[in-house]
Amino acid sequence: MQAIETSAVQATLDRFANQDVFIHLETTNGAYAAHRQEQTMAVCAFIRNGLVRYHRGTVAGIGPYRVGLKMEQGWIYAEGLTDWELDEQGRLLMAGHDSDGRLAIALELSTEPFGL
Amino acid sequence: MPVERHVLVVFPHPDDESFGAAGAIALHTRAGAPVTYLCGTLGEMGRNMGKPFFATRETLPLVRERELYDACAVLGIDDLRQMGLRDKTIEFEDQQVLAARIAAVIEEIQPSLMITHYPGHGVHPDHNALGAAAIRATTLIAPERRPVIHAHAISANREEALGRPDVVLDLADVLDVKLAAIRAHRSQSEAMLAELEKEFNRDPAVRKRGMRNWRQEMYWTYHA
Repeated sequence: MQAIETSAVQATLDRFANQDVFIHLETTNGAYAAHRQEQTMAVCAFIRNGLVRYHRGTVAGIGPYRVGLKMEQGWIYAEGLTDWELDEQGRLLMAGHDSDGRLAIALELSTEPFGL
Repeated sequence: MPVERHVLVVFPHPDDESFGAAGAIALHTRAGAPVTYLCGTLGEMGRNMGKPFFATRETLPLVRERELYDACAVLGIDDLRQMGLRDKTIEFEDQQVLAARIAAVIEEIQPSLMITHYPGHGVHPDHNALGAAAIRATTLIAPERRPVIHAHAISANREEALGRPDVVLDLADVLDVKLAAIRAHRSQSEAMLAELEKEFNRDPAVRKRGMRNWRQEMYWTYHA
């Protein structure tokens, strides 16, 4: 992955627009957050292989970045994205890493289902 | 420590065996006991990606699978079996089916000892769920063929709730093996070991206390 460059990410978001795409969206503060008393509780949410279609996808901010995907009947939103990659399978991977390189958020798009 | 006929290790994530039980495993393999490791997932949802990060959410399972094989080589585990479950989801699977799968392995290899997480004291929900399934599995086995269970507890209140551990292993002879196994899980251990080294260098008392903790492993014999 490399640091997000908004023009390249924006062009890729545009390519995935107006078609059914599989989405992976997650955020986590780590399964041991409460145990290590870094936070009061462990918080995590993920959706893997949600099938969605958006007509307007935008990357915003000066870093860490935000991405909003506007759908016919709703929104998909992610904040705290720092890095991105268009992988060899043509999937758009975006993630937010903290100063220790730990993943705090991920938003990924693919025309094929993600592996389980 | 008696030489076991066969040891079965049941943990959900690659690196649980190294952070949690590498000392015990190394002592058993060095004594000549065969060890089978039933590993639940590939830790697909881990947030550590290496420092600096070199894995993505999508490459992490492949990275961790390689690390798992490396760690098993370090520990002398020659029978690694992956259950193919997904990180964070074990507690939502059919618990009876999980227990039956583990029971089938117990029937096959007839272990004299099983090492797994102490249900309710594993902190991570996957630890608690797979530990519970492994213990449930033993109840599906004829009593005379049930392995002794050494349960690994990491909760803050473990001694309050469970009393003192009845199995305390001195790892002096295998500490280097344990550290090598942990290092094999590079994506997961790199940042943590660097941080630990920094703390140790800052305060000799912290190093002394820390090394004392590293030099032993504790287990509670579980009576299913």
